[in-house]
Parts: sequence; structure tokens; C-alpha cells
Amino acid sequence: MNWRAIFAIVRKDLKVVMQNKGVLLPITIIPLVLFVVLPWLTALAPKLVNVAGVSFSQLDELIARMPTALQQELAGYDLSQKVIVFFLVYMLAPLFLIIPLMVASVIAADSFAGEKERKTLEALLFTPTTDRELFIAKLLSAWLPAVAVALIGFILYAVMANAAAWSVMHHLFFPNSMWLSLIIWVVPAVAGFGLGVMVLVSARAQGFQDAYQLGSVVVVPVLLLVVGQISGVMYFSVGVVLLLGLVVWLLTSLLLFFGSRSFRRGKLLLS
Amino acid sequence: MDTPIIAITQLTRRFKETTAVDNLSLEVRAGEIFGFLGHNGAGKTTTVRLLNGVIEPTSGSMTVLGLNPQADGPRLRARTGVLTETPSLDERLTAWDNLSIYADLYGVQNKNVNQRVSELLTEFELANRAKERVSGYSKGMKQRLALARALLHKPELLFLDEPTSGLDPVAARHVNELIERLARRENRSVFLCTHNLVEAQKLCDRVAILEHGRLVALGTPAELTRQYVRQLEVEVEVGEEQMGAASQILQRLPDLVIGEPVQTKENLIATLVGREAIPDLLAALMQNNMRVYRIAAQEADLEQVYFTLHGEKEAMK
Repeated sequence: MNWRAIFAIVRKDLKVVMQNKGVLLPITIIPLVLFVVLPWLTALAPKLVNVAGVSFSQLDELIARMPTALQQELAGYDLSQKVIVFFLVYMLAPLFLIIPLMVASVIAADSFAGEKERKTLEALLFTPTTDRELFIAKLLSAWLPAVAVALIGFILYAVMANAAAWSVMHHLFFPNSMWLSLIIWVVPAVAGFGLGVMVLVSARAQGFQDAYQLGSVVVVPVLLLVVGQISGVMYFSVGVVLLLGLVVWLLTSLLLFFGSRSFRRGKLLLS
Repeated sequence: MDTPIIAITQLTRRFKETTAVDNLSLEVRAGEIFGFLGHNGAGKTTTVRLLNGVIEPTSGSMTVLGLNPQADGPRLRARTGVLTETPSLDERLTAWDNLSIYADLYGVQNKNVNQRVSELLTEFELANRAKERVSGYSKGMKQRLALARALLHKPELLFLDEPTSGLDPVAARHVNELIERLARRENRSVFLCTHNLVEAQKLCDRVAILEHGRLVALGTPAELTRQYVRQLEVEVEVGEEQMGAASQILQRLPDLVIGEPVQTKENLIATLVGREAIPDLLAALMQNNMRVYRIAAQEADLEQVYFTLHGEKEAMK
């Protein structure tokens, strides 16, 4: 395996992405909203409940509808603390997965379909790289930044959440073991899943926008997880997170297996 | 000069209903500039892709630099350089980035990358704009940069697909001089795809003419003109008072002259059946006491060969 060539392609794709505002804006703005704005809004929630016309008792009722195991985890907290832990630790966990998914999808769409659209792919196909090296390079070009953005976002979010909620919590409450499992086990898998979908979609798409629009369906499973958690059907315990990771890794492996089979330089050139 | 650097045997590539390359057989010798001529869609680009192992043939076999492109694609591509029909440059990157990244891809030694990139940028007169984004470059500059990229790893064999397409005459001449220098001084073999017949005539040692994926002619430009262009246009200059008479004499020689000669102010222009008709024509004029000052034959070129072949093909349809 020619790793020098692989990282040359990764370097090229990342440099190109950094010059593309259409790609850079969503992968900067959405994480900032999620990791900075949301923790502060949530931390202010206990002070704003009456302003918004929502009473504490309504929030208490919402939490009471959650699975028993979650209620037990929140048992030691007062209501203000419960609201913060409930939203910042549990409700945001599935939403957080949108970040690696979105970053991987956007960059993969630019790297696979965008390159085809810009007609820069042909020169790459005439280099001494093998199909497998090209495929791995293209995967890493999107997977590495997706995981990196998620990791940076996680650290930023940890700082912001603890800082924003300090006046209510009076101790460091974030991250817990569920979040660590999520970051280490699920985030890389979800980034891979977004990639896998985009590899298959890009083979049929004519350009970046086309691929991005077709591939945007990848957020649907994440939204289902958010809805599932809000409705109290499930909650992100360590066990659920580990199981979720396993399922996503399996799906990712399947997608990448089929993606790698269709990734032939001749096909790329003619599609 | 005699070792075949490319050997193609009965190569065919079909795309669904279309046959892009049809039973092609030819050899390219080491060190020559080989012209691959044909109109758009004749199969030139497909052949380049096949020869570099980028796409697979439907049938037939080929070796390039002694390697099988299908089995040894990466090893082969490390020894060939390709200028694609569109420059295929990352326009959001600078010229420096475009070259240094491809230097890594082509395996230029790490310690030599900066030197090689710098060398090529200077050689192609792009050094002073090396740190600018390629999107701001003119078409000629982009083409030069793409050519520089194809040369990064000092390939033994260069495939150039329409290298002067869309360039202004000065930029085109610059590129042609460069191709000539690469072949003549640096002893690289060049596979030049073009539909610019003047360029091919000037640069190529041998040419192949492709029509709808089929090879219709192969040889040096001189061989092809002799073989395919039988008719010859000549200018005959006689005394002004003898022009009418000379014209009538020419019209009485249907075995030598095709059609009616055209009379201009200074001379007569006649189409002869072939080069061998010139002495007989001259003899006939002399016998009729014509004072012949000059007979100039217009040398046939590849353009005439091309259109003769094209005409034959069209007539056969």
C-alpha cells in the first residue's frame, strides 16, 4: 500500500475543501450552533421557563415519561439540574451524531462527485495509484476530518456545557461514560456510514449538489434516534450506545464493501 | 528506434452499442513522436485510456513499455506521463500545490520534490505565479502547468491528448517546441493525439489515422501522402501571350490533366493525375513551342491525405 500517495490525495482533497465555502460553511456553522449556542441556551433554560410559557412542572412531566433507568440516573439532582443533565447529556447525544455524519457526507460528496464535476478526476486516474489506494484515500479524505471535527466539537461542547451550567450544577457533570462510548465507538462508525452512503450515491450523481441532496437522507436515522429519545421510547445508556455502534459499524462495513466493488477507475471515468 | 514501445494487437473497446476502438493493431517505436490522428470521437482518448490501464479492452491485447496495462497498470503509469484532453487541474489550488501533490503521487523522491517542482515551474514560465490559484490562469498557462505535471516523474513515454487545443498560436508554438525538444533532445517517446494536421505534419515521425475507431492509414507523413494523394496541383507559368494556347494544350491531355486548368493573371493551375505526369506535361508543352518559365508542384500534406481518406470512407457509406 502506497501511503505516501494516499496521504497526498487526502492533502489535496482537504486543501480543496478548505477553499470551498459551500462545503466549509455548513461544517463550521452547524457545529458552532450545536456546541456553543445550544449549551448556553439550555443552561439558561431554568431561568427562561416562565418567559417561554413553559413551567417546571411540564419539564418534570416530560422527564417522568422517560425510561425508568434514565430517571434513576437523574435521581440525585434537583429539578433545574435534572433539566440541564436531561438536555445537555441525553437529548443532545443523538443530535451530536449529525456532526460526523454531515461532515463526512459533505466532504465525500465534494471528494467523489465534486471531483468528477470539476473534471479533475481524470488526472488522478492516470497516476500510479491502485484502485484500492484511491478508494482508501478518498475515504480518509472525508473520514479523518469528520472524526476530527466531532472530537474538537466534543471537547468544545464539554467545556461549554460545564461552563454554561456551572451556576446550576456546581461540579463537572460532562462527559459521562455514555458520551465517552459515543465518541470512541459510535462517532467513527457514523462518519463511516455517511461516507458509505455517499460513495454509492456519488457513483450515480453528476455533481456535488446532486450527490449532497441525494445523500442527505443519511440524517433520517439520526432524527429517528432523536425522536425516539424525546418520546421516551429509548434513551442513550452505555449499553444502547454500544449496541448502536455495533449496528452502525456493520452497516458501514456493508456499504463500504459494496462501494469498494463499484469503485473502479474505468467506471469512475465513464459514469 | 526499432524497439516497439507500444504494441497493440486487434484491440477493441465497445461501450454498449458504440465501438470506440475497433480491431486496432499498430506499433510505436521508442524515441519517436507518433501522431494519432482522427476527428472528435474517433477513439483517440479511449485508446490512451486503454494503453494506460485506466479502462479495460473488450478484446485484443497490448503491451506498453513491455508491460500489460491491465495487469500492471500502476507500474506502467509510474513510467508514463499523460496530458489529458482537459487540463484536469485543481483550480482551487495553486500551481505549486498542483505539482507538489502530484509529485508525491508519482513517487518523486521526497528530498527532490521542491527542486523538481521549482525546476518545472521555471521551465514552463510559471514560477512568478506559482503561489496563485490556478483558477486565475489563462488557458495557455493551464495547459503548460498540466504538461509540467505530466513531466514531474520524467516519464519514458508521454501521451499528449490535443495538447494545443484552444491555445492561441504563440502558446501553441511554445507547446509544440516543447514536445519536439522532449522527443529530440531528451529522447522521450511521444504519443500525440491530435486533429491538428499541420501540427502532426510538422512534429510526427509517423502517424496513424483513425476513423470511427478503425485504423485507416499508418506511416510517415511522406509515405502517406505518396500512398493516398495521387492527384497533384501544379502551377504552370508561360509567356502571357501563350496562356490561352497552353490552356488548350492542357485540356487535350486527359490522361495527364484532370478537368479544366484555371487561368490566373500569372499562370495556369492544373490538377495532374499524379507526380509521374509532370515530365509528360512538360514535354507536351515544349513540343507545342510553349515558353515554359516555371512548373511548381504543390507538395501534398497530411491534410490532403486525411481528407482523401475521409472522402473515401464517406463514399463507401
